[in-house]
Amino acid sequence: MPSQASLRQAARLLFGSPLNAALTLAFGAMLAVALPPMLRWLVLDAVLFNPDPAACRAASGACWSFIYVKSGQLLFGIYPVEERWRPALVCLLILALLGWSVRPASWTPRLLGLWISALALIVWMMGGGLGLEEVPTSAWGGLPVTLILTVVAIGIAFPVGILLALARRSTMPAVRIAAVVTIESVRGLPLLSILFVASIMLPLFLPEALLPDKFVRALVALTIFAAAYLAEVIRGGLQAIPRGQYEAAAALGLPFWRTQYRVILPQAIRVVIPALANTIIVMIKNTSLVLVVGLFDLISSGKAALADPAWPSPAAETFLFIGGIFFALSFSFARFADFLERRSPVAR
Amino acid sequence: MTMATVETKPTGTRPAALKQTSLNTATAIEMIGVNKWYGDFHVLRDINLKVERGEKLVICGPSGSGKSTMIRCINRLEEHQKGQIIVDGTELTSDLKKIDEIRRDVGMVFQHFYLFPHLTILENLTLAPIWVRNMTKKDAEEIAMHYLKRVKIPEQALKYPGQLSGGQQQRVAIARSLCMSPKIMLFDEPTSALDPEMVKEVLDTMVSLAVEGMTMLCVTHEMGFAREVADRVIFMDAGQIVEMNTPNEFFKNPQHERTKLFLSQILH
Repeated sequence: MPSQASLRQAARLLFGSPLNAALTLAFGAMLAVALPPMLRWLVLDAVLFNPDPAACRAASGACWSFIYVKSGQLLFGIYPVEERWRPALVCLLILALLGWSVRPASWTPRLLGLWISALALIVWMMGGGLGLEEVPTSAWGGLPVTLILTVVAIGIAFPVGILLALARRSTMPAVRIAAVVTIESVRGLPLLSILFVASIMLPLFLPEALLPDKFVRALVALTIFAAAYLAEVIRGGLQAIPRGQYEAAAALGLPFWRTQYRVILPQAIRVVIPALANTIIVMIKNTSLVLVVGLFDLISSGKAALADPAWPSPAAETFLFIGGIFFALSFSFARFADFLERRSPVAR
Repeated sequence: MTMATVETKPTGTRPAALKQTSLNTATAIEMIGVNKWYGDFHVLRDINLKVERGEKLVICGPSGSGKSTMIRCINRLEEHQKGQIIVDGTELTSDLKKIDEIRRDVGMVFQHFYLFPHLTILENLTLAPIWVRNMTKKDAEEIAMHYLKRVKIPEQALKYPGQLSGGQQQRVAIARSLCMSPKIMLFDEPTSALDPEMVKEVLDTMVSLAVEGMTMLCVTHEMGFAREVADRVIFMDAGQIVEMNTPNEFFKNPQHERTKLFLSQILH
């Protein structure tokens, strides 16, 4: 039972002023109109577990059994059915590693080694060879593609972005101009056109033997794109560091790279954690654009699953499910960024 | 290590990793015909100065007179455009290696401390010994604690700079420089940004350093400190060294009008 005081406080919040009272009534009316049909579609009239397409056709609500029946295809795309345990293990491995990596206790140089060996393992598990059936990247799909593209693109783009940001502030004109040209030309192009250049135009210029795999080309395009944006965010942080920090480091005899790595970057990055998190979350969702060059990420897998004529094509349910996965990824990352922000030692 | 042994045998208690440093030459710093411009503004005019090892100089003068710029030229935080600066037998040129060499041996304390806010006090002190002097973490921490005891705040070792008072932060900054076992210490208005009640604790630290024989150049308006420890007092105005004398003569018998005017303004 809520106490009388908290009831009174709630009443004051909801009806305390004429404006509040009007807003409360308006939103109350909207909820009253929207909630019952929503509830009917989501649960009451929905097909929850019956794996028969006919049941979905008959029902007026959502068709959740489709998600359940098609989960393999939604999550792993066109990956050969009997080999699906491999992408499933890869997803678990990546998620486990991510979970492990967010603990401050694991931030040692060994973590980098762990990730590099894990990536080698992932490439082997996905691609096959050495005793596993070979699966070309064109047959990869779904969640593992999204996870690999996200983790590798951002993992490489972050250090590259730092280097670009430092280069853009360099006193050496050649270095500075190269950085400005790189950043501005990448930022000036839509990600779609960069992906097109990587996947469609490159084959026109490069001989077959020199041409990297389509997956790798898309990965490089995503990485360059992310690096340019991250560079500008990090540059903002670098500009926030007072000159005195450079002078104190110089007076102690710390050379350039040591100064950057030990003194400047740790502070600069901390300043821009919210903006960095923002950019990275955008990049997580940008990975879905690889569908335009024929890679099967989560969204393309969803679309492929929907094409099954046996089912009544429950698009809303499918995209809610995929949206839920993207939300889980983005929201977890946002929480991690929040944790990093609050962890920073005493403010200056 | 207890405080008692530190006090009775200061050299004997130096941690093993601390090399006893000595200057290569009898002259610590020599500036010959040094000139510097900021654009059209002539900030240093024909500076000639010779500092013997172990000497303590106090530099005073009105703001904008070039005193900070002069000492900042000694560790190349500012670049001079004409003349020669020779520090411990090495001439400062654009040779980055030599600049780093000199910076390792010349400590500097700034008006606004410039501690590294993302590192603990102990990490502030061990950063340069570990990454510039290539000491092990253990040795560096031993030295850091040694100097934190000297500036009388060993109990703050694990705090962050933001948690300390201004006077404590400045003492940490002094200890941070000392951890590199410098041959020369530069002080750029070390007490100007402090609340009045904290000035004394920083000056006391500086006096004890002077007593130990450190070569020191201090830009400061603390005339009491100048009287107590300075071998010479320098008065600068408009980028020039106007007057240079022993503290006694300097305060009792200033030669130039500008010096007299300045002294009348700061000594009420």
